[in-house]
Amino acid sequence: MRNHRATQLLFELSKPGCRCAQLPECDVPARPLDELLPAAALAGSPPPLAELAEPEIVRHFVNLSTLNMSVDTHFYPLGSCTMKYNPKRNERLAGLPGLTGLHPYQPEETIQGMLELLYQSQQMLAEIAGLEAVSLQPAAGAHGELTALLIAAAYFRDLGQRRSVVLIPEAAHGTNPASAAMAGFRTAAVKGTPEGFIDLEHLAARLNDDVAVLMITNPNTLGLFEREMSQIARRVHAAGGLVYLDGANLNAILGIARPGDFGADLMHFNPHKTFSGPHGGGGPGAGPIAVTGRLAPYLPAPLVVRQGDRYRLDEDRPKSIGRVRSFFGNCGVLVRMYCYLLTHGPEGLRRVAEHAVLNANYLLARLRRLLAVPQGDRCMHEFVASAAKLKAERGITAMDIAKRLLDYGFHAPTVYFPLVVREAIMIEPTETESRQTLDAFAEALQAILQEPAEVLHNAPHQTPISRPDEVRAARQPILRWKPESG
Amino acid sequence: MPYFPNTAEDQRAMLDAVGAASLEELFAMVPAELRLDRPLRLPPAMGEMELTAHLEALAGRNTPAALAACFLGGGCYDHFIPAVVDFIASRSEFVTSYTPYQPEVSQGNLQAMFEYQTLVTQLTGMDVSNSSLYDGGSAAAEAVLMALGDCPDFRGHRAEHGRENGTVPFGGPRVLVPASVHPEYRRVLATYLANLDVELVTLPAPGGTLAPAALSAAIGPGTACVLIQHPNFFGCLEDVDALSQIVHSVGAQLVVAVDPISLGLLRRPGQYGADIAVAEGQSLGIPMSYGGPLLGILACREQFLRRMPGRLVGQTVDRKGRRAWVLTLQTREQHIRRERATSNICTNQALLALRAAVYLAAMGPAGLGEVAALCLRKARYAAGRLAASGRFLPAFDRPTFKEFVVRDNCGRVEEFLAAARAEGIFAGVPLGRWYPELDDCLLVAVTEKRTKAEIDRLAALTD
Repeated sequence: MRNHRATQLLFELSKPGCRCAQLPECDVPARPLDELLPAAALAGSPPPLAELAEPEIVRHFVNLSTLNMSVDTHFYPLGSCTMKYNPKRNERLAGLPGLTGLHPYQPEETIQGMLELLYQSQQMLAEIAGLEAVSLQPAAGAHGELTALLIAAAYFRDLGQRRSVVLIPEAAHGTNPASAAMAGFRTAAVKGTPEGFIDLEHLAARLNDDVAVLMITNPNTLGLFEREMSQIARRVHAAGGLVYLDGANLNAILGIARPGDFGADLMHFNPHKTFSGPHGGGGPGAGPIAVTGRLAPYLPAPLVVRQGDRYRLDEDRPKSIGRVRSFFGNCGVLVRMYCYLLTHGPEGLRRVAEHAVLNANYLLARLRRLLAVPQGDRCMHEFVASAAKLKAERGITAMDIAKRLLDYGFHAPTVYFPLVVREAIMIEPTETESRQTLDAFAEALQAILQEPAEVLHNAPHQTPISRPDEVRAARQPILRWKPESG
Repeated sequence: MPYFPNTAEDQRAMLDAVGAASLEELFAMVPAELRLDRPLRLPPAMGEMELTAHLEALAGRNTPAALAACFLGGGCYDHFIPAVVDFIASRSEFVTSYTPYQPEVSQGNLQAMFEYQTLVTQLTGMDVSNSSLYDGGSAAAEAVLMALGDCPDFRGHRAEHGRENGTVPFGGPRVLVPASVHPEYRRVLATYLANLDVELVTLPAPGGTLAPAALSAAIGPGTACVLIQHPNFFGCLEDVDALSQIVHSVGAQLVVAVDPISLGLLRRPGQYGADIAVAEGQSLGIPMSYGGPLLGILACREQFLRRMPGRLVGQTVDRKGRRAWVLTLQTREQHIRRERATSNICTNQALLALRAAVYLAAMGPAGLGEVAALCLRKARYAAGRLAASGRFLPAFDRPTFKEFVVRDNCGRVEEFLAAARAEGIFAGVPLGRWYPELDDCLLVAVTEKRTKAEIDRLAALTD
């Protein structure tokens, strides 16, 4: 029952003369515009936007929304993305006018409540990280990576050291090398062992006085805790380098182990993953970072500090790298994080990790009978299965399985990542899924694997569209509606 | 805990299925010496009612400018947000979905992003738009990186060590930015460029805008790009035609940061030759939220398409020939290209781009034109009222849009701001923190929400 009319493009629905906005009469003298501005600056007519009445706009976008899967409607076992439930109380509280209505340049005495919330958030993240200082400024995880690497660069510059290389394990997220390049570093890969851990020998061979940072994800993208973590950190530190922790997988170790305690010097958090901020179809997120005391002077300015019972912004940070965004931070996302942390408390956060790891291991135990899981009998919060054997024997790919799962009412797992596993199917159930949902997912997968290969090749069959032609989209890019194409 | 659907009984059954005796056993992979041997030192858990009371108390200790007479601007504005924007942007299916990696179950998000891209190109007069960046400041920095990527003199992302203490001369291209660009955007840019082989040059703008002659004198064959803001941080209109001509005469690129609301009246960047247009999209239906999350807009000419950062949505057909939308040109992006990607952007601001799309649909051409005209007329009325007092005269003799700078003849800006606050008025942003020479100046912003009565109350305080 798709409404094909309402889901045409806005510009196809547009009708000259329709309008939704109702602006007030001008209550000051309505002087002619060309008296107020030079004619050369004026466009002559407003930009050619779509013209629609309010009911048409609402029906259009509401119908579009129904074409999405979402956490509120479906199980989303998307590995590495931590698609947990997004608490509704957090949405309501983040929408309080006393928070959303604040201008970034309001005087500090008029935002004491917000500054307290941000200060307490800094404190709580520092405790969870086991690190000394926190900046809430970065706007997303990758932005946090970039910020932290700029800090590392400033730190070594201060020490008078020329270090130009960032080491990155093969299984790392793509943002790691991209952030390193943006920060002005060269990257070098560190190999993994067949068991899925960092190859210590290879790491040792890579380490020298040109290495600034090792970026590590722990638990790693295979869902394994790096058992040689102490050794890894010791060796990097002995070579004068810093250890950066990609916090994407923090959900598995909340209250269990702290990055600062296992050797990280810098890290980022993903509040939109670990601390339940909704993903919004691709943002907004936030990417707070935590660092050791010796790196704290380089954090972006400002930080929130407490003086007695007052809170203020500390802009006087002479060694700071500067600023990575226009204003303080993605506060709307941070408010949700704050609510999430207070809802759970110390015991609750630990239980998040326990439930997440139990759910992942339970699903692993069920799926191992169906698909190969090359690394490990046990996992942390996620695991990576492989369809390589199925592909060789029956021509069924990881993508086929992912697409067919959509027909069964499940969002697909992450596929073809990490790159070190062939035909990878990366599954992260999170702690907010019930055993019954996990059972249903396992049963769906079992049913799918018994279906004829052709059914999978052409899947999905029940979605609004199926297997869009991505090659065509890239070769003949159509990136906007145009009058002639409409 | 309200968010764990498994009971103790479920847990026991699950542990049995796993073959583990206890939850503890599942963490055996984490070496004992690395474990935290105490509970985290965090506040105790709160139920929903306590949490609600706590957040309401915190919010109650703020005085939101959006509920007062807000004349604050400087890149974040108190514009009116139509209810349709909040309604659509609260739909679960938009709020709780992920980046649309599975197009079959993400057509809603993908089409909404495609509509956003279309609206941004219509608004800016540029050829292509990406589907969002973090905010105006980081979008400006990404645009400069993009322009550098197109510059043959730029030797890639390698720090030239020793440069900072003068032992190695600058070899890389120059980026010129006038002081009339938002000071925090310039700071973000300086931070982004700190370890790259680029020389960032700030050009003075003592008259409130970048004088074309000053640009001509500074620009040369080694200039990769020039970043201007129009209307600029002081609210003044730059001489965009003259500047554009000078920039292009040496083969450099013009990056322009615009106020999207101003495009209801002003000529579009595509019309005066901008190569890349960026904007803070907050004015388009996004709450101020103490400065985030906001929306980075970036649009460019077609020839730069493959250097663009961020997600792009493209139109295609599915296996049955139906029109469909997908993420496209992903070989620019970090998850494919890794260290050779055009940017590290992964998560961006999709939900805010959705808000902007709904806002622009709700406004339409006529509505956006009216909002812009209201801002302009009210701002001019406010400037006139303040000047009439004899105390606050315009600091610059340049045409302005919705913001303007006034100089306090009495030199008591902070005192004035405090007096205004006592009357429920946020009178403006003092400029001394960024411009010591303007420490007796105030940046005043006037949106369509400000009434004549509020402006008159502000003016009355000057007596």
